[in-house]
Amino acid sequence: MKSGPRQPDIGARLTFDLSKPGRRACSLPACDVPAAELPERLLRRELSLPELSQVDVVRYFLALSRLNYSVDSGFYPLGSCTMKYNPKVHEELARLAGFTGLHPLQPSETAQGALALMYDLQRWLAEITGLDAVGLAPAAGAQGELTGILMVKAYLADRGEDGRTRVLVPDSAHGTNPATAAMAGFEVISVASDRQGNTDMQALASALDDGVAALMLTLPNTLGLFDPNAGRIADMLHDKGALLYGDGANLNALLGRARFGDMGFDVVHMNMHKTFSTPHGGGGPGSGPVAVKSHLAPYLPTPVVEKDDDRFALATPERSIGRVGLFYGQFGVLVRAYAYLRSLGDEGLRQVSENAVLNANYILARLRQAYHLPYDRRCMHEVVFSGSRQRAKGVRTWDIAKRLIDYGFHPPTVYFPLIADEALMIEPTETESKEALDAFCEALLAIDREAEEEPQVVKESPHTAPVGRLDEATAARRPVLRWRREAGDGS
Amino acid sequence: MPTPTDRRYTKEHEWVRVENDLGTVGITDYAQDQLGDIVYLDLPSPGTQVKQMEKLGEIESVKAVSELYSPISGEVVEVNQEVIDRPELVNQSPYDEGWLVRVRLADTAEVDNLLTPERYDQYVAQAQET
Amino acid sequence: MTLPYIANTAADRQAMLNAIGVASVEELFADIPAEFRVDGLNLPSALSEPELVRDLSSLAASNRPVDSMPCFLGGGAYRHFIPSVVGEVIGRSEYATAYTPYQAEISQGTLQTAFEFQSMVCELTAMDVANAGMYDGASALAEACLMAAGVTGRRRIAVLSTVHPHHQAVVRTYAFGRDLAVDVLPPDGLALSGEHACLAVQQPDFFGYLQPDIEALEKTAHEAGALFIVSVDPISLGLFQPPGEYGADVVIGEGQSLGSPLSFGGPYLGLFACRQQYLRHMPGRIVGRTVDAQGRTGYVLTLQTREQHIRRERATSNICTSQQLVALAATVYLAAMGRQGLRQVAELCYHKAHYAAQRIAHLSGYSLPFDGLFFKEFVVRCPQPPSEVNRALLERGIIGGLDVSQHVENGLLLCVTEMNTRQEIDRLVEALAEIGGSG
Repeated sequence: MKSGPRQPDIGARLTFDLSKPGRRACSLPACDVPAAELPERLLRRELSLPELSQVDVVRYFLALSRLNYSVDSGFYPLGSCTMKYNPKVHEELARLAGFTGLHPLQPSETAQGALALMYDLQRWLAEITGLDAVGLAPAAGAQGELTGILMVKAYLADRGEDGRTRVLVPDSAHGTNPATAAMAGFEVISVASDRQGNTDMQALASALDDGVAALMLTLPNTLGLFDPNAGRIADMLHDKGALLYGDGANLNALLGRARFGDMGFDVVHMNMHKTFSTPHGGGGPGSGPVAVKSHLAPYLPTPVVEKDDDRFALATPERSIGRVGLFYGQFGVLVRAYAYLRSLGDEGLRQVSENAVLNANYILARLRQAYHLPYDRRCMHEVVFSGSRQRAKGVRTWDIAKRLIDYGFHPPTVYFPLIADEALMIEPTETESKEALDAFCEALLAIDREAEEEPQVVKESPHTAPVGRLDEATAARRPVLRWRREAGDGS
Repeated sequence: MPTPTDRRYTKEHEWVRVENDLGTVGITDYAQDQLGDIVYLDLPSPGTQVKQMEKLGEIESVKAVSELYSPISGEVVEVNQEVIDRPELVNQSPYDEGWLVRVRLADTAEVDNLLTPERYDQYVAQAQET
Repeated sequence: MTLPYIANTAADRQAMLNAIGVASVEELFADIPAEFRVDGLNLPSALSEPELVRDLSSLAASNRPVDSMPCFLGGGAYRHFIPSVVGEVIGRSEYATAYTPYQAEISQGTLQTAFEFQSMVCELTAMDVANAGMYDGASALAEACLMAAGVTGRRRIAVLSTVHPHHQAVVRTYAFGRDLAVDVLPPDGLALSGEHACLAVQQPDFFGYLQPDIEALEKTAHEAGALFIVSVDPISLGLFQPPGEYGADVVIGEGQSLGSPLSFGGPYLGLFACRQQYLRHMPGRIVGRTVDAQGRTGYVLTLQTREQHIRRERATSNICTSQQLVALAATVYLAAMGRQGLRQVAELCYHKAHYAAQRIAHLSGYSLPFDGLFFKEFVVRCPQPPSEVNRALLERGIIGGLDVSQHVENGLLLCVTEMNTRQEIDRLVEALAEIGGSG
């Protein structure tokens, strides 16, 4: 039994509740110019922001930070998210005033260092993907996808191929692929996977006709498998006048091993926050550069960085699809990605893919006796198990995930990809040690035994987290989405 | 929960109970169990014309969206406001308080296209085996 | 070379290969056809940490950041004061190195601060609901226009010509995707048709001026059955009437001013708020409040059926981020500034900008082409092309304004915030006088 005072309900008190009129958390200079007349009619009467002291602010946000699990707190094998360690020196460098203090519209001669960095990053990402040109503007992977598919649309329209109204998406794809194709105005056609987890070549052949604009292929796919037909798929599409889009979310497996361009992909997006170790930030900012073959280069979003003699400048490609964001992309994220590439070099990149793939296959080998492997072959950077055996014992994948929290781990991605029943998608990344992987595997093996011996413990987990399982149904049925002043709480 | 015998069923797990030319529509116990906690319903407003086995609306659980199909053709004459306000009624009482809409049937003969309770039970049993 | 971010030793790797049952790592890559294997990329060789610091420091040093000289540049990116507590909080790796809070039980820090953010955006804009954040203000506006098309079933978007040109450009890009037409309309003689899904306006507008009759714009939009979308500068809402009070259906904004540095244009933050009735059409992530079995308050991602991972091609958007760390910066900023602080920042901007405008207007050769009410930016008509004025200012160690001569003859858009001292403003005025030939 615990003794001592009851723990406070941290979630019940927001900054608004802690507020006390008259408190200030920072000071501002007095007005050093004559005051101008304020237009009374247009002024706001009420602004209900909290009033806190600086100590209140710091303690509040630090208390909340302790409720988060993060890469720096432990193993975070969230499949398809590449939760690798984020080097600390990159944070320090990205905060240099010479980067953070640059106004996007200041004269380019005063921002040559920033433009040089972007230029080199464009070149290196082109080299890594085996493509001809790179645009850094997309703000995240999903926006990179949209950018890429819009470029396909504009390219086809210029060739008088407006009749291509469909985009093919494998059934293993991440939800952003179909959502993106729809946002770009295409009809989405799902293509089945075969029993090995590859693209079903017959299904593809029958879906492929003159109405198809592109196929969006994730490589390795979301099962963590490299589709050995990728090159043939590219040929099939090109023969029909369609393009091959590459979702580079899983590029970590291919670094220095294989390149999208060599396999015939026309356009690819990358995720800086996955492959290139920029912090995920709790859900952004990411960054989603696109790389393209030369025929799509004139369609890149504006701006791209060009070099003329020794000077760098922003430029708009000839047939650009236009702007996808306010300025030039997530520059602060690009600085970190640049630093990552600069510190790894070619040899480092190969070590990354080697250890990422080795770690995933080691987990596969250690857990395959206890957990069902729906696609039984060697994997690349991640492995997808099914919780079907445990489900037969009455424990769902969801329960296994929650129980892992009690063992001190972040759960893997669950119930995705959709084509694997009760999916557990585990991506260890290269930055985890054998000891970390062993401890994680031991935990999953222990949970498997618990599912047999004391399933209730698993089903009621987590037992050690700051809160227990939350009532998501009520949250969705009667949404409370903001703080509101309670009646009578007029302090 | 036994499958009520006073109504007919679809392979998409909707039911309809017909009294005169008025059909009350809902989803089956099996369907609500598969969906889990139902959190939101998007139903057609009264006056909408619906067709047999075409889209009637949407039903949402926390992490899934499913389409609802109309078992019969006709005009929607009433929507169950109770389930709009409290979607959990569909989980708690799928055959009674959790009904969704009432439809004035365009063609009562269409009911013959639907599954009898026995056939529906067989259908569900088969679905669970595979 | 052993990378500091890879822990496996040669012995570890051998043990793992044995456990897997393969002789070499190369076997694990066997699915990649030989013809596509690469051996060696043309990349610069690796740098150690001290070398890396030297390399990036030298790149940073070859830039001239705005802190190194007086700056009067705005145009969508603003230099505002950032309290130290902001950097302290977002630097915590508990926030920075977590991801999307799929597992709510171990993500309450991210979730609760996102709920705070939504609450603050609602308070600031006087709207019913807000999402947890978007890429930037421009994409938030584009998403708002797509949402309006979805809500109304109409296929034309109306954007006022005084909306930031980059925002207009992003709207056009997104509209191209959905095959929607975009009409850029001048404020004078504005008329909408029954085909318009929305009217998007900016307040204050791109040139810094408040709409002379915002109520009339609202009326025009609503009489046509279109949604009224207002793009705001959140700092201005410390002082001016919020859009919720003049009939906005959707409010978007650029959140960079709220605690994020200029950072050469990103990462920034899109604010997105709307009326309750459009909640289920809203793009982006939303956090809701609930309880666990013991009655403890907690927060979860909610209304997820709108989003791409569930609704796939019928999702409200493909977005799967909330620009979370930047939204956290905005949350800490607003908590630190508070009710009085934000008002004070807005007032300082207002008074200083008016002081600068008045002084410049008195210089011979310079004038203020617009007589409207402005906030922190205003247009000056220069005696020479603004590009030349800016160059001459830079020679004098001042970053001038934005050349808007495409829109206003010899127009220079100047921005003055609480970061500009009177001394800096006086220096600018003297320099302009010199450049204009009256100094």
